[in-house]
Amino acid sequence: MSRRKTDAEYSKTFAFKFFRWLSGTKDPYVNTVEMTPQKEYKPDKERMKWLEFEEKEAKEKVYDLDNNRVIKSYEKMYHAVAVIFCVALALLLLYTVSYLPRYGSEDRPTNNEVAERYIEQGMEETGAVNVVTGMILTYRAFDTFGETNVLFIATCCVMIMLMLEESVLESTEIFNERRYEPKNDRILQGAAYVLCPVIFIFGIYVILNGQISPGGGFSGGSIMGAGLILYATAFSFKNTERFFNEKVYKVAKITALIMYGLIGSYFYITGANGIANHIPLGIPGHILSAGIILPIDICVGIEVACTMYAFYALFRRGGL
Amino acid sequence: MDVIRNFPAVSILMCIFAGIISSGLKGKAARKVNAVLMCIVTVLNLATLMYTIELKTYFVYVMGMFPAPWGNELRVSVMEASMALFFCIVMMLSVAGGIKKLGDEVADDKLHLYYVLMDLLLSSLLALCYTNDLFTAYVFIEINTIAACGLIMIRQNGRTIEAAVRYMVMSLLGSGMILLGICITYDITGHLLMSNIKEGMVRALEGGEYAIPVLVTITLLSVGLAIKSALFPFHAWLPDAYGYSTVSSAAVLSSLVSKGYIFLLFKIIYRVIGFDIYCDSRIIDVLFIFGLMGMIFGSTSAIRENDIRRMIAYSSVAQIGYIYMGIGMGTEFGMTAGIFHIFTHGATKSLLFIAAIGLTDVSGGSRKFIEITGAGYRHKWAGIGFTVGALSMVGIPLFAGFISKLLFAEASLSLGYKALPALIVLGISTILNAIYFMKTVIRIYTPVENSGYETVGFKNGRLYTVVIIAFIVLNVVLGVASDRIVDLIHMGLAVFA
Repeated sequence: MSRRKTDAEYSKTFAFKFFRWLSGTKDPYVNTVEMTPQKEYKPDKERMKWLEFEEKEAKEKVYDLDNNRVIKSYEKMYHAVAVIFCVALALLLLYTVSYLPRYGSEDRPTNNEVAERYIEQGMEETGAVNVVTGMILTYRAFDTFGETNVLFIATCCVMIMLMLEESVLESTEIFNERRYEPKNDRILQGAAYVLCPVIFIFGIYVILNGQISPGGGFSGGSIMGAGLILYATAFSFKNTERFFNEKVYKVAKITALIMYGLIGSYFYITGANGIANHIPLGIPGHILSAGIILPIDICVGIEVACTMYAFYALFRRGGL
Repeated sequence: MDVIRNFPAVSILMCIFAGIISSGLKGKAARKVNAVLMCIVTVLNLATLMYTIELKTYFVYVMGMFPAPWGNELRVSVMEASMALFFCIVMMLSVAGGIKKLGDEVADDKLHLYYVLMDLLLSSLLALCYTNDLFTAYVFIEINTIAACGLIMIRQNGRTIEAAVRYMVMSLLGSGMILLGICITYDITGHLLMSNIKEGMVRALEGGEYAIPVLVTITLLSVGLAIKSALFPFHAWLPDAYGYSTVSSAAVLSSLVSKGYIFLLFKIIYRVIGFDIYCDSRIIDVLFIFGLMGMIFGSTSAIRENDIRRMIAYSSVAQIGYIYMGIGMGTEFGMTAGIFHIFTHGATKSLLFIAAIGLTDVSGGSRKFIEITGAGYRHKWAGIGFTVGALSMVGIPLFAGFISKLLFAEASLSLGYKALPALIVLGISTILNAIYFMKTVIRIYTPVENSGYETVGFKNGRLYTVVIIAFIVLNVVLGVASDRIVDLIHMGLAVFA
């Protein structure tokens, strides 16, 4: 068999490398990507003993299981009652659903003047092409302000539960941040390098177009939060802290919520007192339109992105 | 339009703003913001109450440019304004009473979050009072639930974490039921605005095809709110949550958070379902029986308890039972007595919690009965406060508790077959109350020879004394000026529906 290329020449070609990768004799990622084999799980005997001791103490001293008949019988009953309760509730609700008006039928009570005005005059009155956004941010703006505060107070509670002091955070940082994953994952970093800018831009697009197309502050904010989480996973919290640390988080979150509150209060109080509202509605379909919806969408977006990232960071390492 | 009509909305928004700003402040600054906020909101609500008394009817405040079935609205009358004012006053006193103790119980770097939770809790309570929209109520129930969880677990030890988890599970079950109830209500009436739902309910029942969904809605809403306000069989979360959290949290949770839900139930009975439709459903008898059971079993649990804070917590179960008994009577008088008991219990239970912390502090921080012997001599004001609270709960004339027991007894006389059980259980419960409260009062005034207990915390704090005196005055005012308050409640209920 004649050859046009010598072995030495052939080994430099792309085809040789490709077929070698295909047959599995050589992995191009070996020695370039960090790969640590998973360590065998070895239980820490001291700690196990301590945990066992603690559980025993709790059982004996707090609940006094040997003498506490109420708890003993309670344990037995608990599972049975829980299952019976859930099944009964599910059956009750299913039974009720069969009596509710048919979905989509014309004479449902929900097809009334409320929905009619939202759909028919929504665009005219709020300036938003997207009726849903117009409804939640203009007609029922107070509910949505409350809903945003639910997110805010949820982060406060997670902070109470999981936030560590700064000295503790620094000393345990390496342990908490990367326990099982490789430190610099080339694949993840490569993907994040490409994806992060796209995700951020898409998030901003969704937020800014909330009044025109499906989307808005809540969905756009969660997209941006996902982008932040991806960045932090790929490039570590140290790099994320260069542009998003606790201070930035606080300033962004408080500014967004205060702005939302101020715009909202202006809207509620002028509306209630019959004072003319000086926020122009603009032309439906344009980016700068729909009165208070766009600024509120931006505020909600910032708040939601901050909340998403804060949840991730707090659960991951106990600090922002 | 009068400027005062803006006050309810402004007070809700101010609480939210204060919460948001406090999250960026240090603990002490957040405390100042909270103190200023409480004062302003109390004044605003007082003005609103004065205005509504003069107005004699309700007024509607549109939140935004769009009127009610499309937008959100608040509806303010005497009932809402007086409840909101009461919430503000009790919260102000409870926070002030536990302020010195807070430093020991909450980590410094989380102190500001405590005030964030308090501010938002107040905003949610006010919103629950004033809103006329069922879904707005649900949103603020969520805020209320999360804030209450945070208030329980901010004192970080194993007990409070367990209590918070238990509270969260039970409370979320309640929230879920309320949400499902609201969904079914919306499906059969097509409205979320309370007054419009009521019309829709009448229409839905006229056709006859929606009888079962209406019944299920009533059940889900009532049971959901009963779980959240710790009615007897659903009270498992209560003793730990009230017994181990910080003193202000315990006072606020027992006297305000559960009352906010009960007030919402009153609103649902009168304004959403309609009083007659609600009374025709059998669920009202269930609430009546659970209320009666709570009155007895809560008290017997309290008698068995060896820990003063947990004893007061179990006593709450009994008192919540009284309120539900009032609802279960299904008459105007029963409802009046129930609402009066909300005031009584709110003013008394927070006094008892605040006084109990003074007693335990002069007994080396121990809460066991044997240790607090003679504590009334070591901390005079706490002793007096506890005695007044106990007398009021037992139902001694001159204090608020006597009037609510009297009102319950009067209300039960006009009932048919429910009269006898109500009166008997009321009597038994009063005796049981007397057993465990008088036992404690005698215990704290039993002289001991060696009072070698070290004092922890805040003996003779001036603010603490002022708070105890204010609570005592509040109790006496509720007890002495009861005619006026009962008139106010009647007047409120007339325009409440």
